[in-house]
Amino acid sequence: MLALPEPKADILARRDEIVAGLRAILPASGVITEPLRLKPYETDGLPAYRQIPLAVALPETTEQVAAVLKLCHSIGVRVIPRGAGTSLSGGATPLADAVVLGLMRMNRILEIDYADRCATVQAGVTNIGITQAVAGNGFFYAPDPSSQLACMIGGNVGMNSGGAHCLKYGVTANNLLGLTAVTIEGDILHLGGNHLDAAGYDWLGLITGSEGMLVVVTEVMVRILRGPEGARAMLAAFRSNEIAGQCVDAIIGSGIIPVALEFMDRPAIHACEAFAHAGYPLDAEAMLIIEVEGSVAEQDDLLDRIKRLCEPFEPLSMRVSQSPEESLAIWKGRKGAFGAVGRISPDYMCMDGTIPTSRLPEVLRRIGEMSDQYGLKVANIFHAGDGNLHPLVMFDANDPDSFHRAEAFGADILKLCVEVGGCLTGEHGVGLEKRDLMRFQFSEPELERQRRLKDAFDPAWLLNPAKVFPLQDKPRQAA
Amino acid sequence: MQTSFTAEQLRDPDIQSSNKILRTCVHCGMCTATCPTFVLLGDELDSPRGRIYLMQDMLESGRPATAEVVTHIDRCLSCLSCMTTCPSGVNYMHLIDHGRRYVEETYTRPWHERLLRNTLVRVLPSPSRMRWALTAARLAKPFRALLPGGVFGSRLRAMLDLAPTHLPPRQVVNGVHRADGTRRGRVALLAGCAQQVLAPSINAATIRLLTRLGYDVVVPPSAGCCGALTHHMGQHDPAMAAARTNIAAWSAEMAGEGLDAILINTSGCGTTVKDYGFMFRDEPEQAQAAQISALAADISQFLSRIGYAPTRDPAGLTVAYHAACSLQHGQSVTAEPKTLLRKAGFTVVEPAEGHLCCGSAGTYNLLQPEIAGRLRERKLDNIRRTTPDLIAAGNIGCLTQLAGAGLPTIHTVELLDWMAGGPRPAALPA
Repeated sequence: MLALPEPKADILARRDEIVAGLRAILPASGVITEPLRLKPYETDGLPAYRQIPLAVALPETTEQVAAVLKLCHSIGVRVIPRGAGTSLSGGATPLADAVVLGLMRMNRILEIDYADRCATVQAGVTNIGITQAVAGNGFFYAPDPSSQLACMIGGNVGMNSGGAHCLKYGVTANNLLGLTAVTIEGDILHLGGNHLDAAGYDWLGLITGSEGMLVVVTEVMVRILRGPEGARAMLAAFRSNEIAGQCVDAIIGSGIIPVALEFMDRPAIHACEAFAHAGYPLDAEAMLIIEVEGSVAEQDDLLDRIKRLCEPFEPLSMRVSQSPEESLAIWKGRKGAFGAVGRISPDYMCMDGTIPTSRLPEVLRRIGEMSDQYGLKVANIFHAGDGNLHPLVMFDANDPDSFHRAEAFGADILKLCVEVGGCLTGEHGVGLEKRDLMRFQFSEPELERQRRLKDAFDPAWLLNPAKVFPLQDKPRQAA
Repeated sequence: MQTSFTAEQLRDPDIQSSNKILRTCVHCGMCTATCPTFVLLGDELDSPRGRIYLMQDMLESGRPATAEVVTHIDRCLSCLSCMTTCPSGVNYMHLIDHGRRYVEETYTRPWHERLLRNTLVRVLPSPSRMRWALTAARLAKPFRALLPGGVFGSRLRAMLDLAPTHLPPRQVVNGVHRADGTRRGRVALLAGCAQQVLAPSINAATIRLLTRLGYDVVVPPSAGCCGALTHHMGQHDPAMAAARTNIAAWSAEMAGEGLDAILINTSGCGTTVKDYGFMFRDEPEQAQAAQISALAADISQFLSRIGYAPTRDPAGLTVAYHAACSLQHGQSVTAEPKTLLRKAGFTVVEPAEGHLCCGSAGTYNLLQPEIAGRLRERKLDNIRRTTPDLIAAGNIGCLTQLAGAGLPTIHTVELLDWMAGGPRPAALPA
């Protein structure tokens, strides 16, 4: 069980003063302080970790965010930025002496510029909300995390979110043009803009994936793309996880880049089929969803080549989607996969390691062995094309022993990813969950540089504390 | 999710059911995005996930409901959009039903709130009292401005605003309506309560259409309100009593000449009748209730099943199809009404944000007029952007809520009946 820091008694003692300060900045409905009403804010998409915060603030403008941060900075209150609260790594887990800064009221589309192919939105707009705003004109926003229906763009920037279609289009960092962000002192920064590369240091590269620990992002300018002429998905079913893994390796190794290449194993196939009724192959041990796009001729050519690449692996079946509705159902199952596992297990922990695709068969075999060793079932659902694994370790939160085993199992999977040349996180962020594994990934000098970077933005480490760095790590000013 | 009910608490069948639901939830948060109140208010507490959390805490603690929790439970529309979205299959409907009942049993509302709720419970399910109340409301409309401010006054104003300016004449549909020509089967129709008073033309169109298609239509005189209105207000006993009366009435028909289906043309009621099997899971009527739920069908489902064909030339009208939440989320009936309307020759357009509630939600527009009003405007904006000639929906609540905005609101079945030989709907300008 990961430890959370002890709340600071002096901050708890100044609770009334902090609340009064928040009330002076925000309307009554934007400040939550009653214990009963704070409870639903005690956790995010990783409900194994919980702590009721001191207060919740729900600003509606960048200026309000700046005022809240300034107040918290002046008193020394820790701040937990929160979007939709869908983080699977505990990125928004609160602390008892911290203010949760929820950005979900900042949900306006500010500007859409088709001539320059960009959209500017507030941080609390959902990922899919951007695509919905521009779809009428044939455009879309490419990164598509599976939680895209609910997750918010501010959080996507914080975690550098990916998604199934990132194999072709890249992750959040590759689709970001500009940001408005607020520092812990309450200064408002305007970074990047509608032009290629930005002046000075690569601000956007620095802030994307910084997990709410450097600044609070309030507005985001993203690249929007013209949608493809068409797209088609196919399903290929295999006799074992390893064989499906070999097939992924063969497809990627051939130089073809499908727009998406997704992997699901037997437990995942069954859970998702129950939700999406997509006609998934229930007899298979593993299945690939392979999507190609372009003109019809281009799609046909690519699908033919992919089918030929699959054949040596003796697929149980291969099915090409025949209609947009069929493709939609296929993706509905995949996008709802994590939640759908709720049908077969009361709780799960979703891992997010990334490995070189050539190591897939071996890693899948070893995850299977660990599953037997720990006596816990695992469902594998992941972005196979870019080697981003999402093994879902199933456990029962009402049984503490099973939870502890799940934690150890998860840590072993991530260590394995690092061991084969990969890393701890592909798109969910380190958050709370993978904090203590950072020393496994990074050497002390590498971690030290990251800590000094944090110091430069937030010397007292008030922003999103207890995340990313192992808990023993301290700001320089405390040393 | 983790739960911490004691063995003692888990002996209560309602707690048992809710525990199972809570354990299915994995707290992924997908539901927040499609919840109308979260979209409007931007607060986890007004999202399904937040309410699930509040209800879990309330039920686990075993303490009486508090004012804070009641506020957020009351703001839930029970539109069940979250259930369509939920990948884990969380039965939010059964959980919130339990939550509302727990609130009613443990929490004392302020006097004006009780007065209002008790009045609604007595009036809405009874066509005669409803008729009387609407007449009174019509007479009171000129004095609207004299109402006090505050929550109480705003709710009274909401009621006056929703009351129609004139009431259609009473029509009695009880009894058996014989099939025209060769008889293909026999169905029961739930005549409903509020709908009978507000728009008797809906039942009339349903009966004409079904008899024309060769079905005997039975409306047992003893059947009445389905119980949904009281059920959604957490009033368990009146809801069960209403349902029990219907179960007895329809069971008698099933045992007599038999029924091929129990048809409902108000989707809000349909969701509840389809849930009788669950509501009576521990009651002596369990088997009959389950049988009735299995036989229950929305009119659009039944017409799709038996085949519908128009006899008139297309009217050349563009219909904005408004999916009632109880139909699309509560019963997962989505394609049938649109397919039927297209078959009948209408151009069907679907407004954006079709998954969001219009704010009607049973008694919601009377109890939460502010949120209901904002949802109505949002819905109408989306509808207007499709430049339709009229709005069609399968639920009287939505039709009343969206009326008065310059677009005729007409029940799907009235349009289908018209194109199959029935009269032109009165709401449609000539």
